[in-house]
Amino acid sequence: MRPARISAGLAAILGLTAMAMPALALRLPPVTHPATLKECSGCHMVFPPQMLPARSWTALMGDLANHFNESAALPPDVQADIVGYLTANAADAPANKAIRGLLSGVKATDVPLRITEMPWWKRSHGEVSPGRYALPQIKTASNCIACHRDGAKGVFTEN
Amino acid sequence: MTSRLLFVALLIPAIGVAALASAGRDGIVSALSAQAKQDNSKFTSFSAEAGKKFWFTAHVGGKSDTPSCVTCHTKDARTMGQTRAGKAIDPMAVSANPNRFTDPEKVAKWFGRNCNTVLGRECTAEEKGNVITYLMSQ
Ligand code: HEC
Ligand code: HEC
Ligand code: HEC
Repeated sequence: MRPARISAGLAAILGLTAMAMPALALRLPPVTHPATLKECSGCHMVFPPQMLPARSWTALMGDLANHFNESAALPPDVQADIVGYLTANAADAPANKAIRGLLSGVKATDVPLRITEMPWWKRSHGEVSPGRYALPQIKTASNCIACHRDGAKGVFTEN
Repeated sequence: MTSRLLFVALLIPAIGVAALASAGRDGIVSALSAQAKQDNSKFTSFSAEAGKKFWFTAHVGGKSDTPSCVTCHTKDARTMGQTRAGKAIDPMAVSANPNRFTDPEKVAKWFGRNCNTVLGRECTAEEKGNVITYLMSQ
C-alpha cells in the first residue's frame, strides 16, 4: 500500500514540510477488508483505520454493544477479524510511519474514541462553523461523507 | 423478434430473483412462526396491526436517543430513513425495497442490534414476525 499523500494544509498543521499541492487533501488507501466493509458501513461510512491508534480500535471494538449509545454488536469471530484489521492498519502501526503526524498532540496514555476528538481533526475543521454540522442532511460532525464525497474511499478533499 | 427474445431473456432472471427474494422472506417468517408457537402455545398467526403498533411505539428500557423504530426508519416505511450518524437508510417497506427480510443472517443481526438499542432487550419471535408482516403490507 502506498503511504498517504498529505496536503499542504495538513502538512502545515502537522508541522511537516509543506508540499506544493493545489487544494487541501488527505489520501489514504481505501478499506478493502471484507468484514470491516460489511459490518462497519451500516450506520456511517467505514472510517479509515489510519485515523486512530491501535489502542483506540481495541477499546471501541471491545464494547460494540454500547457503541455511542447504540448496539453495533457482532459475533465474537467477526469482531476479532475486524479488530485485527483495524489495529494492523492503525495510526501507530509500523506501516503508517509516514502519517504518524495524525497522532500529534495525543499522549501515549490517551485513548481517543472519536476521530473528531483528535487534535489534527479539530484543527483542520477550525473554520467549519458548528451550525453546519446541525444541518439536517449532515446531522453530525461524524458524517464525513456529507462534506467529503469520496471519504469512504479514503479521499478527504474540500468538497 | 430479437427485441422480444431479449425481453424474455431479461424477464426470466427478473422473475427468478423476485421469486427467490420472496422464498427467502417466507422461510424467515415460517421459522419465526415456529419459534413463536414454541414460546406461546396460544400463538396463532402474525398481525400487521400489532406490528404497526410496535413499530411506532415509543418504548422504554432502551437508549434515550432512539425511543422507537421510526426514529431512524421514519414514519413512512416507503421512504428513506436516516441513522443518528446521518447516513441514509433504504426504505423498509417490501413494496419499495423487495430485498428486505431476505437474508436470515442480516435480519437476525439487525433485530439483535436495534431491539437492544430501542427496547434494551431482544425482541420476541412474535414481535419480529409482526414487524415483518406489517412491513410486507406497506
Ligand atoms: C448500529 C449503528 C452503527 C454501526 C453498525 C457501527 N457504528 Fe460506529 N457509530 C455509530 C454512531 C451512532 C456513532 C456516533 C455518531 C455521532 O456521534 O454523531 C458512531 C461513531 C463511530 C466512531 C467515531 C466517529 C467520530 O465522531 O469520530 C468510530 C471510530 C466508529 N463509529 C467506528 C465503528 C466501527 C469500527 C464499526 C464496525 C465494527 C462501527 N462503528 C459500526 C453507529 C454505528
Ligand atoms: C460540515 C462539513 C464537514 C464534515 C462533516 C467533515 N469535514 Fe473534514 N473538512 C471540511 C472542510 C471544509 C475542510 C477544509 C478545512 C479548511 O479548508 O481549512 C476539511 C478538512 C478535512 C481534512 C484535512 C485535509 C487537509 O489536507 O488538511 C481531513 C483529513 C478531513 N477533513 C477529514 C474528515 C473526517 C475523517 C470527517 C468525519 C469524521 C470529516 N472530515 C467531517 C468539512 C467537513
Ligand atoms: C439508530 C437507528 C435505527 C433504529 C432506532 C432502528 N433501526 Fe433498524 N436498521 C437501522 C440500520 C442502519 C439498518 C441497516 C441498514 C439497512 O438495512 O438498510 C437497519 C436494518 C434493520 C433490519 C434489517 C432489514 C433487512 O433488510 O433484513 C431490521 C429487521 C430492522 N432494522 C428492524 C428494526 C426494528 C424492529 C426497530 C425498532 C425496534 C429498528 N430497526 C430501529 C437503523 C435503525
